[in-house]
Amino acid sequence: MSTSATAPALRKTPLNAVHRQLGAKMVDFGGWDMPVEYSGLIAEHMAVRTGVGLFDVSHMGDIQLRGPESLDAIQHICMNDASKLQVGQAQYSAMLYPQGTFVDDVIVHKLSDNDYLIVINAGTREKDFNWVKTNAQKFHCHVSDYSDYYTQLAIQGPRAEETLQKLTNVDLSTIKSYWFKWGTVCGLPNTLIARTGYTGEDGFEIYVPSDEATSKRVWEEVLEAGKEFGIVPCGLGARNTLRLEAALSLYGHEISETINVYEAGLDRFCKPEKGPFIGSDALQQVTAAGGPERKLVGLEMVDRGIARDGYGVFDENARPIGTVVSGSPAPFLKKNIALAFIPKDYSAIDRQLFVQVRNSMVKAKMVPIPFYRRPKKQS
Amino acid sequence: MAYPANYRYTREHEWIEVDGKTGTVGITDYAQNSLGDIVFVDAPKVGATVKKGEVFGSVESVKAVSDLYAPVSGTVTEVNEELASSPEKINTDAHKSWIMKVELSDLAEADSLLSAADYDKFVAEETGH
Repeated sequence: MSTSATAPALRKTPLNAVHRQLGAKMVDFGGWDMPVEYSGLIAEHMAVRTGVGLFDVSHMGDIQLRGPESLDAIQHICMNDASKLQVGQAQYSAMLYPQGTFVDDVIVHKLSDNDYLIVINAGTREKDFNWVKTNAQKFHCHVSDYSDYYTQLAIQGPRAEETLQKLTNVDLSTIKSYWFKWGTVCGLPNTLIARTGYTGEDGFEIYVPSDEATSKRVWEEVLEAGKEFGIVPCGLGARNTLRLEAALSLYGHEISETINVYEAGLDRFCKPEKGPFIGSDALQQVTAAGGPERKLVGLEMVDRGIARDGYGVFDENARPIGTVVSGSPAPFLKKNIALAFIPKDYSAIDRQLFVQVRNSMVKAKMVPIPFYRRPKKQS
Repeated sequence: MAYPANYRYTREHEWIEVDGKTGTVGITDYAQNSLGDIVFVDAPKVGATVKKGEVFGSVESVKAVSDLYAPVSGTVTEVNEELASSPEKINTDAHKSWIMKVELSDLAEADSLLSAADYDKFVAEETGH
């Protein structure tokens, strides 16, 4: 056993005791004591792809901007065009540093004309809040940290709507993807129900009061409602393999303070035509220089081997050309996949590359991303 | 967890069942639990030489890779073919899902390994229980 100075205690969500009671394997995720798996990563991953899974994502943060210039503040701080949002609509976006690199990726929700909710990552809660507070100062709006007010649950999978429908009076079929409504959920009035998620499946995120008793009751009612669809609680392990199959970014991997928007391939969420915002000048320069030097690409292992985070990528002459930022077996696709940054000159689909897996060079090929797209709903 | 009394154990979480000159080797339930869902077993070939304390292969789960350390020295006589197509059997029953069989070159080596009781204690200390 190693002895070291006492580390600061891990933060806990209101459902921490519930996860432990369920026998979850716990892990330190960005300073949070979180469940990494319950019944098993593969079983949890498959439940989300074929039925429904339940995640406690309360570690994520919530920033509210209120006031007559809240939209102006968001337009200045976030790269997507929030003026395109209608009340009840949300969009994937990001906050950038002046260099055009990432402070964090976020989802911006328009609650009303002067009221916006920004959902942010767990590991960057304080950084993000301070960033928003500082940069919103010159606008007539009020910035509040609502992170601890909510227990946030994600119900994800093709049977998520049927599951949640049992617990709410809102007709969920009227909520489109990336839209949200307020309604009664598990008897709780004015609950935010958003059709958002991080799994590549259909699903919802609900925001309920964060007291332990309410959080536990809602958690259990969702598990009960989803029983007939094979619902299981899902941890961060499955959350990672699900988002990887869908090629969704993870802060510190595909996006970070040293990666710019165009390198990360997130051009479609960046709207310089809306007017200047923090980072837009630097991005304009990237464009003027002919685009980013390196690009995020998808890899699929051709020969036996698993590409993992940090492994080197090599060309057919064994020259190092890049690094894997996220890599893992893909439980649903039954392939070994990875996301890597390589020079833009190498980006050709089916181009043969190698990943150094421990002591061997293992053949891989470039494939289009996302690796997985959910099937179109049969109406 | 009850660790089979007739097996011996290493601090790297391998088990070995010695029967005459043959040792059957696998990883413990504690190891499979720590690894999570196992997706690949890199086992040696029949006829390979293994040396006590040295890496003889690896086990990969979705989230991690773990080296396998030989509990004894000898020659590999058999490899569990089932694990090539169903590596997850180790998760289901680690103490029955053997990885390789070895003809021991030095029977005394097995004696210095941990007993089930000692291994149990070792795991308890590792996990702080």
